[in-house]
Amino acid sequence: MRIVVDRDKCEGLGMCEAMAHEFFEVGEDGFVELLDERPAESHRQDIAAAVDACPVLALSLAD
Amino acid sequence: MTGTGGLVVVGASLAGLRAVEAARRTGYAGPITLIGAEEHLPYDRPPLSKAFLCGDAAEVTPFRSEQELRDDLGVDLVLGAPADGLYPAQQLVSVGDRQFEYDAAVIATGASPRRLPGADGVAGVHHLRTVDDATAIRDALDAGARTVVIGAGFIGSEVASAARKRGLSVHVVESLGLPLVRSIGAEVGSVCADLHVANGTDLRLGVGVSAVESSGGRVTGVRLDDGSVLPADLVVVGIGVQPATGWLEGSGVPLHERDRGVVCDATLWTGLPGVYAAGDVAHVANPLFDDELMRLEHWTNAAEQGAAASKHALDPASATPLAPVPYFWSDWYGRRIQFVGTPRADEVQVVATAGDAFTALYRRDDRIVGALTIDRPREIMKFRRRIAERGAFADAVEFATAS
Ligand SMILES: Cc1cc2nc3c(=O)[nH]c(=O)nc-3n(C[C@H](O)[C@H](O)[C@H](O)COP(=O)(O)OP(=O)(O)OC[C@H]3O[C@@H](n4cnc5c(N)ncnc54)[C@H](O)[C@@H]3O)c2cc1C
Ligand code: SF4
Repeated sequence: MRIVVDRDKCEGLGMCEAMAHEFFEVGEDGFVELLDERPAESHRQDIAAAVDACPVLALSLAD
Repeated sequence: MTGTGGLVVVGASLAGLRAVEAARRTGYAGPITLIGAEEHLPYDRPPLSKAFLCGDAAEVTPFRSEQELRDDLGVDLVLGAPADGLYPAQQLVSVGDRQFEYDAAVIATGASPRRLPGADGVAGVHHLRTVDDATAIRDALDAGARTVVIGAGFIGSEVASAARKRGLSVHVVESLGLPLVRSIGAEVGSVCADLHVANGTDLRLGVGVSAVESSGGRVTGVRLDDGSVLPADLVVVGIGVQPATGWLEGSGVPLHERDRGVVCDATLWTGLPGVYAAGDVAHVANPLFDDELMRLEHWTNAAEQGAAASKHALDPASATPLAPVPYFWSDWYGRRIQFVGTPRADEVQVVATAGDAFTALYRRDDRIVGALTIDRPREIMKFRRRIAERGAFADAVEFATAS
């Protein structure tokens, strides 16, 4: 599983971090940083919740 | 009779859309009807007072296309038609002379702007809730309108900020001596209010509006109760919202005595079989904060509750209480304000100011229950976590000072 961030869309609102802080962190510059771009399949549920929580639809999952 | 039971969602905006999506995601294959008063497909509201007004976003695109909603999600769309009744005994929702039977129903009708008496129907006076409102306001700003915002809340403040970004003159009039007391508390409200002043917006606190003045049906200015008149081509009324529950009066759905919002338990249940509520319309007890009844007007709240409400409505046995940490953001003058938790606190401590950035923490007993930051995007969710874990206030202060 691979997490894809659309940097043009991300507004650093941090909902992804709230849902799964092991994988997402908003940086000083106000953009999300991925802590692990290719997380193990076992984390799919948490990561999918984070992807869904993004208010500006900046996140997606690619397999 | 129209429809064959199944899930009926009333209100086709964020909470309603999330309700529909979650129902399908959990594998529900029965009929879904989505009823919405607006003609538009569900769309996102926060940009309406931000990028859209600043001219950075040309249009408002719906969350999903009509085809996706109808074909992929299998939703029967009933748009441009407000529901006007809910009949629990027959498990029916009515829309004019049409009736929709439900097994599970989600009330997600949100809230509508409070009106200023005597200002309705005057050209140039607007509220800001819908894309139609935003388009009218943007057209006026494009024409260089002298702008008066009535109410120094978040949405009004964003309008002021958009007008200043275009170099227009703006007045914000607020009847309270301090703005934003209910949403973030007095101490921090005044820090936010200072942002107006620093950015050239004229902020009048503690002054009421006595009349909107007009000539030939078009606004010319706002008369204040100190006798002065602010000339205006555009007046934006941002004095709060009212849950959109007129259609539920007398239905048996419990409505809050103060504002007529729908009262639910922590699983979003209204107490009527199969009927749940979500989003700006709903008062929900939050176990994380001593079961405080909260009616929030926040994007993430509507999204989370919408998804949970349909799951719970379709399978009440699986319903579990939600205990979320409320979160909202607002953008003023290029500054990002973020708030997590509740402002109802024993103490609010300003813990860190560095340059323009700012952090305040909210304490109840020895717990941290809230945090507000300005331009500290890296920290806010760390406070949210501490709040969710009922973390100690002292530790949060230490973290804030160290980072
Ligand atoms: C301009 C603006 C800016 C905002 N900015 C932010 C922000 O920066 N951050 C943040 O956290 N939140 C923000 N919000 C708040 C956020 O958008 C709301 O919390 C969210 O829209 C609530 O969703 P909802 O689905 O509960 O209600 P709503 O979005 O109010 O939708 C309710 C829908 O139900 C419809 N309806 C009403 N009555 C009926 C009826 N009888 N029958 C059928 N349909 C009906 C309405 O027409 C409406 O389309 C903003 C809101 C606005 C208006
Ligand atoms: S939730 Fe979306 S906007 Fe917010 S930081 Fe994550 S990716 Fe960016």
